[in-house]
Amino acid sequence: MNHVANPTGIGASVKRVEDLRFVRGKGRYTDDIRLHGETHAYIIRSPHAHAKIAKIDTSRAAAAAGVVMVITAADLAKLGGLPCGWLIHSKDGSPMKEPKHPVLAEGKVRHVGDSVAVVVAETLAAARDAAELIEVDYEPLPAVIDMSKAAAGPALHEASPNNQCFDWHIGDEAAVKDAFAKAAHVTKLELINNRLAPNAIEPRAYIADFIQATGETTLYTSNQNPHVIRLLAGAFVFQMPEHKLRVIAPDVGGGFGSKIYHYAEEAIVIWAAGQIGRPVRWTSDRSEAFISDAQGRDHKTVVELALDKDGKFIGLRADTLANVGAYLSTFASVVPTILHATLLAGNYTTPAIYCNVKAIFTNTVPVDAYRGAGRPEATYLLERVIDLAAIETKRDPAELRRINFIAPSQFPYQTPVALQYDTGNYGRTLDMALAAAKYKDFPTRRAEAKARGKLRGIGIANYIEACGIAPSAVAGALGGRAGGYESGAIRVNPTGSVTVMTGSHSHGQGHETTFAQIVSDKLGIPFDQVDVVHGDTARTPFGMGTYGSRSIAVGGSALIKAMDKIIAKGKQIAAHLLEVSDQDVVFENGAFTVAGTDRKKTIGEVAFQAYVPHNFPHDKLEPGLEEQAFYDPKNFTFPAGTYICEVEIDPDTGVTKVVDFTAADDFGRIINPMIVEGQVQGGLAQGIGQALLEHCIYGADGQLLTGSFMDYAMPRADDLPMFKISTTDTPTPCTHNPLGVKGCGEAGAIGSPVALINAVVNALSEFGVKHIDMPATPQAVWRAIQTAKSKT
Amino acid sequence: MYEFDYTRPSSVADAAKARGDDSSYLAGGMTLLPTLKQRLARPDKLVDLSGLAELKGISVAGGTLTIGAMTCHADVANSADVKKAIPALAVLASGIGDPQVRNRGTIGGSIANADPSADYPAAVVALNATIHTNKRQLAGEQFFKGLFETALEPGEIVVKVSFPIPKRAGYCKFPNPASRYAVVGVMVADTASGVRVGVTGAGPCAFRAKDMEAALAKNFSADAIANVAMPAKGLNTDLHATAEYRAHLVGVMAKRAIAAALG
Ligand SMILES: Cc1cc2nc3c(=O)[nH]c(=O)nc-3n(C[C@H](O)[C@H](O)[C@H](O)COP(=O)(O)OP(=O)(O)OC[C@H]3O[C@@H](n4cnc5c(N)ncnc54)[C@H](O)[C@@H]3O)c2cc1C
Repeated sequence: MNHVANPTGIGASVKRVEDLRFVRGKGRYTDDIRLHGETHAYIIRSPHAHAKIAKIDTSRAAAAAGVVMVITAADLAKLGGLPCGWLIHSKDGSPMKEPKHPVLAEGKVRHVGDSVAVVVAETLAAARDAAELIEVDYEPLPAVIDMSKAAAGPALHEASPNNQCFDWHIGDEAAVKDAFAKAAHVTKLELINNRLAPNAIEPRAYIADFIQATGETTLYTSNQNPHVIRLLAGAFVFQMPEHKLRVIAPDVGGGFGSKIYHYAEEAIVIWAAGQIGRPVRWTSDRSEAFISDAQGRDHKTVVELALDKDGKFIGLRADTLANVGAYLSTFASVVPTILHATLLAGNYTTPAIYCNVKAIFTNTVPVDAYRGAGRPEATYLLERVIDLAAIETKRDPAELRRINFIAPSQFPYQTPVALQYDTGNYGRTLDMALAAAKYKDFPTRRAEAKARGKLRGIGIANYIEACGIAPSAVAGALGGRAGGYESGAIRVNPTGSVTVMTGSHSHGQGHETTFAQIVSDKLGIPFDQVDVVHGDTARTPFGMGTYGSRSIAVGGSALIKAMDKIIAKGKQIAAHLLEVSDQDVVFENGAFTVAGTDRKKTIGEVAFQAYVPHNFPHDKLEPGLEEQAFYDPKNFTFPAGTYICEVEIDPDTGVTKVVDFTAADDFGRIINPMIVEGQVQGGLAQGIGQALLEHCIYGADGQLLTGSFMDYAMPRADDLPMFKISTTDTPTPCTHNPLGVKGCGEAGAIGSPVALINAVVNALSEFGVKHIDMPATPQAVWRAIQTAKSKT
Repeated sequence: MYEFDYTRPSSVADAAKARGDDSSYLAGGMTLLPTLKQRLARPDKLVDLSGLAELKGISVAGGTLTIGAMTCHADVANSADVKKAIPALAVLASGIGDPQVRNRGTIGGSIANADPSADYPAAVVALNATIHTNKRQLAGEQFFKGLFETALEPGEIVVKVSFPIPKRAGYCKFPNPASRYAVVGVMVADTASGVRVGVTGAGPCAFRAKDMEAALAKNFSADAIANVAMPAKGLNTDLHATAEYRAHLVGVMAKRAIAAALG
């Protein structure tokens, strides 16, 4: 590391400044905010998965004590639906079916938890009491739950008689067919990617405050991208002038994607506050979160891999059913398509790839991006089918992967599914992981476990991720309805401290620390002289927020651009003060120096002159030292790595214990190794949760059977091993952004589920088990063993 | 929650008197309060039992361990008396829920509630405990009647539970991966009145596994029950375990409980 010089610069594991308030309980979340005269909204939700609403009688509720107003869909006739941010076209060229997603159900409910009516009252208790007085006559319809039977079920939306949202494809179908025709071996696998509930520790919460005097509404929201919400709510739902809506996302306790989207409850509080001229608040409880937060994954896939006689992958075909739930959530359409199928080359040179994705409406909670968003699904099916191919062709799973790697000399590498990888060294992370996991010695550990009556297995997975959807023009051509840039502004204050304003948002990632490190590093000023402002449309330039591991790669790059402008201007001011020409001034270690001399002006001195411009080049420059930049990336970034998981299975009970987990990631350049390791740990925990524990299960009638923590199993500390994470070694920096960074937020959740399932299948190899679906619960593993035993 | 009255009497007699037909006793509140918050129950009054001295304390006398109904799980788990007299009971209590639940939830509340997957019922049955109420004494084996159903009459208060100290006992539980209640929990006890096997989690309420008891009476070892199958018929099926899997787990947990009893 060449940055030890600055103890708070790039590469230093600076402790997270935000933790001072978080660990002391001093964070300020939306629900902590109290406004004068506020009222409480309570949502009446559908108990049915699919039903016509014959009648709603709110008269008794409206008359109840403490009630301020009761709202039904009829009141919201002028509002638009909640918009979808990405237009996908089916393979026949037709646009996806995009039925209206109303704020409150219009004549029909489409999932358990669908919002039907709202009571706004003086207290939450009064609102709940009154809600019980609302009579809704439902005429239940059969529920559409199973994707493969959806076409035969009653239509959720008139616009889509067969309950299909789109039928999209990518790749060269004919080339893939040819490849399979000449394959020496074909491996085929059917699998599911289990549906997950995001379960951020802070449930969603919103407060809207309407100021009559100015006509301005402020929305406090537990959200990942306040400007996007302002755009979606302002322009699409309310058609209100954007400058009259201020959106503040204060401290946010986790999002994992589920807080990207514009939700009905946001629109409800905005509308109600405007009607009654008083603040309106709503905070989800955990039970509501299970039936109203957009859920993740839920794919059903058939995948086939064609290999030649040497084990080279020559073709890949995947056929996926993707559940989008009852309505299209904000980014529901891009997740199973652009963010999924374009990743199917993985780390390999497979020359022909074809993927068909049918998105299906069902009577379940909408499905949208959840940590990894499409990329875990792609990684899962690819690395599962490769593992099975290794078994079938009797090859070592590590070596089969290695002989198919894209070699370092092949970059930039154009995949057959649209993406162009700029850089990578997959053999390197594989070697790192194999060494750290002591892969060669595994047979000894397996034998030792066997002596204890345990089945030990090892599983390998490579992953590649695409972060920071970009560039904007390409995203637009693919159907994106938003940009892929990020904004950043640098304000050097008159006394030399710096305020950073970013359009990015931190909800656990530690931006207040890492972004300050970038500034400390570049401007050569102490870290504690830098404050990072985010999450307020009134205080930051228009930005796209945080999701898809984009913040450092896109938002960090915007800061670099803004600081370049600060330095350029500072040089001119310094040159004036030092009475030399601009070209003679260099900026280093926080000072503008006349090259080759010790004559210099610190950035503080320059800033002071900028704001008290008594001796200032007024003929050339404006006073002040504040610059803004927007950065639109040239390409995605492509973090990649290798994960190795080791499990021990208790054959008597079917319990799988993760006994070892190694992660070797190539995130490019690393700003704060400690924070990056924390991000990987969190991702691994979620990935292990998906593979072993978590599952949203709907009954045939559309009731969510795992609607609380009594039945929905979240990973806990004792479900996890000590992780071995090597992130400080960065084989290949990103080639196209100024920091060389790639992004690290989702990797852990992308690469870990499949490494774990590969390990479980490996542990069960003596029974001839070829596959087990996630989550590999004790019962599922036990049953797989029993079934295998009964066959022999 | 709906509105309710609240009272905290200081004698058992006052508590019984304070409770009307629609009132509830409040112990640790770990089960009752979530029910109220979700508006699934609407008592007119909560009669808080925390002021009743008779319901507190742990004592050992005459070969019997007695635990007051209001004793929380953490106190049972950490009690030197319990660890010495019936270590398996301390192990059981230490595996209930999480630290918050163990520091609020009580033995009286647990058995009065008779959740099919609660841990204590296995011990009540296996150790042949006696439930002392404000009216009478009930034999542990006859206490659990069905799903959330006990022999308690409306308004009857559990005052204490006494456990005859066994020669040896072991408890082993297969926790639900989500809630960590018992999918199956088995206590095996070698007692003065013979070997007793108490099973919780598997059926509508705790029961004795008599076939296993018979085998263990002859030979107190895990091998003795290797071929004693638990029938799946009548056992619970839910998302986490079918009756068949539960039946299998009863055998596995029983063997592990025996191993624990043998130390
Ligand atoms: C997150 C969580 C995890 C848990 N995990 C487990 C677990 O792993 N294993 C397990 O066994 N339990 C578990 N529990 C339940 C826990 O043990 C509770 O404490 C227990 O079920 C009820 O005890 P309580 O003292 O909280 O009773 P309360 O909730 O106060 O009362 C429960 C019921 O019993 C009645 N009652 C209480 N005391 C008496 C009395 N003395 N006489 C007559 N009636 C009475 C009340 O009126 C009420 O109807 C868990 C609970 C939670 C919230």
